[in-house]
Amino acid sequence: MDFTFIIDKLPVFALGAVMTIELTVLSIIFGSILGLIAALAKISKKKPLVYAASFYTWIIRGTPLLVQLYFIYYGLPKVGIELDPFPAAVIGMSICGGAYITEIIRAGIESIDKGQMEAARSLGMSYLQAMRRVIIPQALRRMLPPMGNEFIALLKDSSLVSTIAMVELMRTATQINAATFKSIEAFFAAGVFYLFLTTIFTVIFNRLEHKLSIN
Amino acid sequence: MALLSLKNISVAYGKNVVLKNLNLDVEKGELVSLLGPSGCGKTTTLRLIGGFVEAKNGRFVFNGKDYTKIPVHKRNFGFVFQNYALFPHLTVFDNVAFGLKQRNIPKNEIKKRVMEILETVGLKDYADRSPRELSGGQKQRVALARALVIQPDLLLLDEPLSNLDAKLRVKMRLEIRKIQQEYNITAIYVTHDQEECFSISDRVAVMNNGVIEQLDTPQKIYNLPRTEFVANFVGFENFIELELEAKERGGGGFYKLKNGQRFKVTHFNGREYERYVKGAIRPEEIDILNEGGGKETNTLKGIIGISTFLGKHYQYVVETEVGRLLVNGSAHKRYEKGERVTLYFPEDKIVLV
Repeated sequence: MDFTFIIDKLPVFALGAVMTIELTVLSIIFGSILGLIAALAKISKKKPLVYAASFYTWIIRGTPLLVQLYFIYYGLPKVGIELDPFPAAVIGMSICGGAYITEIIRAGIESIDKGQMEAARSLGMSYLQAMRRVIIPQALRRMLPPMGNEFIALLKDSSLVSTIAMVELMRTATQINAATFKSIEAFFAAGVFYLFLTTIFTVIFNRLEHKLSIN
Repeated sequence: MALLSLKNISVAYGKNVVLKNLNLDVEKGELVSLLGPSGCGKTTTLRLIGGFVEAKNGRFVFNGKDYTKIPVHKRNFGFVFQNYALFPHLTVFDNVAFGLKQRNIPKNEIKKRVMEILETVGLKDYADRSPRELSGGQKQRVALARALVIQPDLLLLDEPLSNLDAKLRVKMRLEIRKIQQEYNITAIYVTHDQEECFSISDRVAVMNNGVIEQLDTPQKIYNLPRTEFVANFVGFENFIELELEAKERGGGGFYKLKNGQRFKVTHFNGREYERYVKGAIRPEEIDILNEGGGKETNTLKGIIGISTFLGKHYQYVVETEVGRLLVNGSAHKRYEKGERVTLYFPEDKIVLV
């Protein structure tokens, strides 16, 4: 393996990695917001909300992210909605991640004893206040491990957006491969970068779990 | 006018009717217990008052206002849960302060009131602990403090002592009663423990199958149950079918048993005369005499069956002409199986139901 080649190309890979991080972080943020809303809808007593949220998770979890990305990037322009690769990628990943996060948040909230909500309500809190101040802080601790998994999965799945013309880590590797035919070096380096990024995530989540378990 | 009135309340989960046209009035400052076996509707009644259960029919009036549709968090009722439901992510202090913070009370005022109530429940030194570090009894005190500190208009307690051991239960129920009277707070207390309920309550509502069978003082419930269910629940184990023969002045009468034997009954629980009734009597109120002993009325011949030793006395199953009865006898003398005896039923110990 030609390590000097990899070192030469490090700045290019680094640019790709920055794009991967941007995509992942944005998708995590929007996906979490979407997930929280859908989770609250799913555990609400209002039937239309429950059905809407269930429909969303059913469709998204039941189809491949690649199909969803193609639908957004290649399909929507046919009905007049043209998106650049970056917004298309963020939207696709957020919607997809959001569906999985919905289930994580729902399960986390439902794992908290019902008495907690009732106690908070009887002390003068509205439903949403009780959620925010009593239920979610407790559920968060239980949601951390599956959330960590989901974020790592999202980071790795971001490689799929290379197929809709996003130049991120994976696309950088395929471009270098196409230009130089140094396949081993190109994909080895991409792999190392991914591993490095997922390791950072793992460490952050381990720290968070540790911190929350002490409190 | 009563502080709290449930008027013709019905609650149903799907087709399963839990409360049927329930009526209940509670006066200010009273502690009323809801007593009954599991599934009788007592917890549902409490949760309805708290706002956690919706009525299908009927109205809940509190302090002259219709509370039927008022959401939980606007009722200002303190609720003490069976499993305490303390907030595990908050300290004891923050648990108790929780309801006050919600009411935008200044910080130093919150501190003062929280420490005051923690002192009342004997947990002043535990303010900085996490609920995890507390024993069951201490958790219960925190739960009580948390419900009381908001100065609730009504205190609701859902089997608050059922997770504690027997000795602690006795101690805590005295404390709850003391605090309730000290703060002159109106309280509704759900329990399935008779002794606990009698010791703590001003009045007791015995519930069965979604209705209140009897609402009375503990003494009256215990001594003068009005229905067969209540009688059975408070330990009247024997029910003898009676037919009215002659009324007596002063509220009593002569009744005929199925075997033709006569019983005189004087102790009325306010029941109207009815031709067919049942006479209820506790095992310990029946006297065992040697065969042929005693008077002509209020006796029955019997044959001793199985006996069990209960510490204070022996309990016998006695076969009689009107059925099998449970009778307690002195621990000093044990009747043998098959022995023939005469049972005497004191006329003032029989309660008509």
